[in-house]
Amino acid sequence: MRHRDFFVFVFPSALLMLLFIALPIGSVLVQSLFVEHDRVLEVVKSCTPFGCTEETRVNVAATAALKSEAPLGKFNGLGTYLNRAHLATAELAEIFADNDGLGDIVSRIYNLPFYKALSFTLVYTFTVTPLAIFFGFLVALGVNTLPRLFKGPVIFLSLLPYVVTPLIGSLILYWMINTDGIIGTALQYLSGNPDLSLKASPVLTWLMLIIYGSWHMAPFCFVVFYAGLQTLPQDTLESAMIDGASRFERVRYVVVPHLKPLATFVGLILLMDNFRVFEPIVGFSSSAHATSLSYSIFSDLNGQVDQLFGSAAATSVLTTIGVIILLMPVLVRTWRDFNRKAR
Amino acid sequence: MQTEPSLPRSRAVVLSTAVLLGLWLILAAFPFFWTVWGSFKVQADFFSRESFWNAITGPATIRQTGGSLTGAGYAGAWIERGFGHAVVNTAIVTLCVTTISLVFGTLGGYALSRSSRRYTFWILIAALVFRAMPHITLVSGYLLPFFELNIWGYLPTAIIVLVAINQPFTIWMLHSFFESIPKDLDESAMVDGCSRFQAFRLAIMPVMWPGVITTGLFSFLLAYNDFAVTAMLLNQDNQTMIPKINSFMGTIQTEGTIMYAVAAVVSATVPLFILVMFFQRQIVSGLTAGAVKG
Repeated sequence: MRHRDFFVFVFPSALLMLLFIALPIGSVLVQSLFVEHDRVLEVVKSCTPFGCTEETRVNVAATAALKSEAPLGKFNGLGTYLNRAHLATAELAEIFADNDGLGDIVSRIYNLPFYKALSFTLVYTFTVTPLAIFFGFLVALGVNTLPRLFKGPVIFLSLLPYVVTPLIGSLILYWMINTDGIIGTALQYLSGNPDLSLKASPVLTWLMLIIYGSWHMAPFCFVVFYAGLQTLPQDTLESAMIDGASRFERVRYVVVPHLKPLATFVGLILLMDNFRVFEPIVGFSSSAHATSLSYSIFSDLNGQVDQLFGSAAATSVLTTIGVIILLMPVLVRTWRDFNRKAR
Repeated sequence: MQTEPSLPRSRAVVLSTAVLLGLWLILAAFPFFWTVWGSFKVQADFFSRESFWNAITGPATIRQTGGSLTGAGYAGAWIERGFGHAVVNTAIVTLCVTTISLVFGTLGGYALSRSSRRYTFWILIAALVFRAMPHITLVSGYLLPFFELNIWGYLPTAIIVLVAINQPFTIWMLHSFFESIPKDLDESAMVDGCSRFQAFRLAIMPVMWPGVITTGLFSFLLAYNDFAVTAMLLNQDNQTMIPKINSFMGTIQTEGTIMYAVAAVVSATVPLFILVMFFQRQIVSGLTAGAVKG
């Protein structure tokens, strides 16, 4: 394809990506170096018949003028990155200098907002991904043995958790898990504890979100693996049977190796999607016990009093770095493949 | 689809498979049916403190409304809270996003599939990284510039942003569909005197419809399911369904209107049900399209 043709064809799509994905990343970088203006304070002398008092108050007009003059705020350098709400370097140094053993270090670091969000995001990403792959694989194996007549309806029902809007899916589960909902009451009955509430305990909240994540993502893995099973080499399978392989051994030594390339692809997509976990935290209103990086950006931007652009931007930059680290193995591999092909 | 392998199976294997699948189907589908049924009840039944059986038989619903099913939640959401307005907004947003995404995406995906130069590779890799970006990080980059340009809050802004966020995914998917169409097809059209664009429009597009429909479905889903962008970039009047439902959630505690939210959630799920019912095959082929390439 000629260069000119190529660029004409790619132009609209590339322009959009440049304007609304690449440029915002730049804008986030710049914003993260600034912080909101301080309020302009003034000392006002107010005199009453009983005497004069001096009081300090916010000069609203001057603050607004300052804001409209420099909407970015004032330059703060890396200050936002290092403050308590983000990397909290000073707090970390203090924790490591003076602590009562490992447990204390962990619990104090966990109480810093950024590390709290980071730890949940990572735990969620690295538990939901294997769980969803595992359950998706089991369902695919099961559906593959079904008579043709049942396959359509079963696939239809199985797709629902994946296709339905994440916020809606998590609300639906949240209502059922509620202490008044059907799963909530069932659990209270089964555990014999009438006060059991999944929302009250951090551990149960994490568990609930991880179960939700696996429920939401398993259908995707199922569909991909199911498609992979359709291309399973039948003769290998049959010769394995002739050699006396049990059903488990056939799955272990024939099916799994065949699906391995698909599993890498699925794993990559799942890592990317799980790392940005956001809607379930809104849906389950679990931010007290479990927050994610995406959610902390959202709550900075959604602030009741002021939108904290600088703080949100700093978290965004740190999240982007996380995404790149996550993708690194894939990027390196693709780069190597490409070089090998080019040579 | 190939024929079933006629492997002998023990009864235990068949039984355990059936149990496992049955459990999975209940897990996957029961919450939706439960909520659809419950949305026609009153709060005292759907969130019953006494017994979940109340949600099925609905004694409080009969007491309060006279019938065992009630549309009160729907009336509240659609008429009192103006959910219909949000539905119209969602319809506008999803329709525009899907159309524009497909127009731009087919052009870009076609070019990327027909060129094997170094910059093609870099564009695809950049698209992969862009696809992995959490949407909310991009949103935090939009807000301040959009406030300054005075374009915050309007539907076209959200539409164009969603199209852009969709593009990496769209061009990857369409790119892999175009790669499955032999290059001879457009090359012979060009030998016959077509320009590149004519070859694309007259020779390639007619055989690309399955791929376009599949990709369109996913663009639709992305726009329909989006919360991060629409919640942050649209003002109160222009809200789409999903942020609207979230704003219902804020007032539930004070006004006891949780059934409005339940009804709105069911209303927003129904189109997705219908979509999956009619386009199941396309959705499955779309989910696997990327995977086949490895």
